[in-house]
Amino acid sequence: MFEWVGVIADANLTAARYQMAISLGFHIIFAAMGIGFPVITLIAHRRGIRHRDPAALQLAKRWAKAMAVLFAVGAVSGTILSFEMGMLWPGLMGPYGDVIGLPFALEGVSFFMEAIFIAIYLYGWNRLPARLHFLTLLPIVGAGIAGSFFILSANAWMNSPAGFSIAPDGSITDVNPLAAMFNPAVGVQYVHMLLAAYMVAGFTVAGVYAVGWLRGRRDRIHRLGFLIPFTLAGIAAPVQILVGDVATRRLIDAQPAKFAAMELLPETRTRAPLTLGGVITDDGDVVGAIEIPGVASWLGTRDINGEVPGLDSVVPENRPPANVVHMSFQLMVAIGTALLALALWFAVVWWRRRDLPLSTWFWRFAAVAGIAAIVAMESGWVTTEVGRQPWIVYGLVRTSDAVTRADGIVVSATAISLTYLALSIITVAVLRRMAKRFAAGDDTPAPYGPDPAVSR
Amino acid sequence: MSLADVILVIIWLGVTAYGIFGGADFGAGFWDLFAGNATKGGPVRTFLEKTIGPVWEANHVWLIFVLVYLWTAFPEPFVSIATTMFIPLTLAAFGIILRGSSFAFRKWAATLNRQRALGATFALSSILTPFFLGTVAGGVASDRVPLGNAAGDPVTSWLNPTSILGGVLAVGATAFIAATFASREAATAGESGLAEYFRTRAVATGFVVGVVAIGGIGVLAADAPELFDGLISARGIPLLVASAAGGVSALWLLFHRRFAPARLAAVLATAAVLWGWGAGQYPYLIEPDIGVDDYAASNPVLAALLGAFLLAGLLAVPSLVYLFSLTERGVLGDAKSKYEGSTESLLAAMLDDENR
Repeated sequence: MFEWVGVIADANLTAARYQMAISLGFHIIFAAMGIGFPVITLIAHRRGIRHRDPAALQLAKRWAKAMAVLFAVGAVSGTILSFEMGMLWPGLMGPYGDVIGLPFALEGVSFFMEAIFIAIYLYGWNRLPARLHFLTLLPIVGAGIAGSFFILSANAWMNSPAGFSIAPDGSITDVNPLAAMFNPAVGVQYVHMLLAAYMVAGFTVAGVYAVGWLRGRRDRIHRLGFLIPFTLAGIAAPVQILVGDVATRRLIDAQPAKFAAMELLPETRTRAPLTLGGVITDDGDVVGAIEIPGVASWLGTRDINGEVPGLDSVVPENRPPANVVHMSFQLMVAIGTALLALALWFAVVWWRRRDLPLSTWFWRFAAVAGIAAIVAMESGWVTTEVGRQPWIVYGLVRTSDAVTRADGIVVSATAISLTYLALSIITVAVLRRMAKRFAAGDDTPAPYGPDPAVSR
Repeated sequence: MSLADVILVIIWLGVTAYGIFGGADFGAGFWDLFAGNATKGGPVRTFLEKTIGPVWEANHVWLIFVLVYLWTAFPEPFVSIATTMFIPLTLAAFGIILRGSSFAFRKWAATLNRQRALGATFALSSILTPFFLGTVAGGVASDRVPLGNAAGDPVTSWLNPTSILGGVLAVGATAFIAATFASREAATAGESGLAEYFRTRAVATGFVVGVVAIGGIGVLAADAPELFDGLISARGIPLLVASAAGGVSALWLLFHRRFAPARLAAVLATAAVLWGWGAGQYPYLIEPDIGVDDYAASNPVLAALLGAFLLAGLLAVPSLVYLFSLTERGVLGDAKSKYEGSTESLLAAMLDDENR
């Protein structure tokens, strides 16, 4: 009978982790668009009024409408996360809710500013003085920059808990909310995510116009609609790889098991190889991989003979599931490198000809770059979150000890998956519908009730 | 008054703001549902969309704010509520997702039938979400949440007389507030037909909610004796009186078409009910022995929350007031009229230049 209790508890843990992963993985796409899209819109709007460029201004107007739909889905899916933090993880929020509360409260302020000014910007097109209207974009961009810091701060804290002491009786004392917020992991994680958001938004929006380009739509709107977001993402891409390198090296001391799982290293060693592909068996052997000697050591220590930690640096029950972490990490790096190559391709062509590339293959790659960037971002999150396991608070609270004892998580996890699947499909359908209306020169939404335009 | 009490008051301000502003948005969904078929309901739905369109996303912040402040200031009581109330909170969460996204999608739907489906989703979830949140409130108010990880009954904690009362009152109050707000906005916009439409509905729902609230006192006496004792204490009575006075005067003012003061009275009536609940339960967060000071976070944390609150007051409140004042004046509402110096007219001028 007690075995059964164990099995049920396990099912609950798996379901809760799955529900959290789906909820975060869904929300992060809309959050990234909410951070990056306003920047793209701001550039277009500025170009429009500075250079009297109607195409740029028209783009800003259309993008504001797409941004509003994405922001709405982001707002509701983000609200749900604050429910889930308490519903699913009482062992995290009960003992430590006070420690990591401050960044969430400040994120609330950022979200508030973003929601207010998106509404003002969206509805202010024909009602506010032009100068003031443009300025309402600034708080939206600022709220994205600030808000992502606060959320990443809370997540970084789980990797690098700080700002409190533990009394002999196990209770949490001396809570210092600022020290918790500015924990050692936050800096690099924050910059990594901010750049990821700009890349996701930039490549995704550019991808829409790349598809149009492939279909022969080559007017000024498509040209600018591609150029502005692609340039932003293309500038972020090389910086992102450097930041990622710093983030990885940090782990050697901070979270050695995560580093070992990412690089698939069973043993702590010198001259550790870079392991491309491959899986680690239950016996701890790496099979099916291409190994490049010394490269993991070089990446970790800048010395091909440097010592880097393996999974054996922690006891077996404290090791993350290495195969998931390794695969997702490599997928992220591979896509990031490919996106950098695409940006370089564009840069070289632009430098030589001052014009867009002619190669159809460039446009095909550009068309899927947005989806690729999203996959890379999700893989990065899988890497850092699964790589932290079995801990929910690194070194202090096990995920299995933090989960709710309520029944029925399997049901809610299933329901939320189906709901988000449906929402994803409808979101894409709505954005396509919007694009069709724009292409047809109709920039307004449909009125309610029977109308010749909608009741076909 | 301890720092924890101050934070509790701030949290309750958030609950009140969510009840009123969020409530008005939920109530708009209520009236959307009962607006009739596409032909008849078209103008009503368009009007409701216009009134909540610019503000509904911002109004989520109250809920987020309440949740975050609760878990930061009172972590253990918060997770006790969240885990025991897993079922209604999950249902409310689904309501929030479906409601917001279907509302945002509806105006871009390609066919009338799709608009209908999305509209019905929006409207139904606008009713279910406050209902489930109300049942949670009822369960907390009637001492059904013990301290601990999912320690309470997963079903009877929110399916009980006080919870049902809470759910019904929540839905009724949102409908009442929304109709009162809409009648005022319609009257200001010169839409006298719509103003009448919402006025009669505001009076009817206000009357029903009043009757339920009075009957509810009996329910509380039987099912939530501690809250009842708190309500009829020196702290609770003035709020009960304020709520009754607000409700009666709202009805009277609506009856005489004095829309602006009627709106104020409706706000007062609703706020007084929420503060009555708070006053009746104070100083216990959940269960009679879980007191405010015993389970509060330490002072540095509470001080940080106070700081964040002041920052919000400095940044967000003026911005929100600006947004509300723009929608109030109809500046953001009417897409057809053009303002000379706007970006839109700038764009039109540029396009003219190009075509010439």
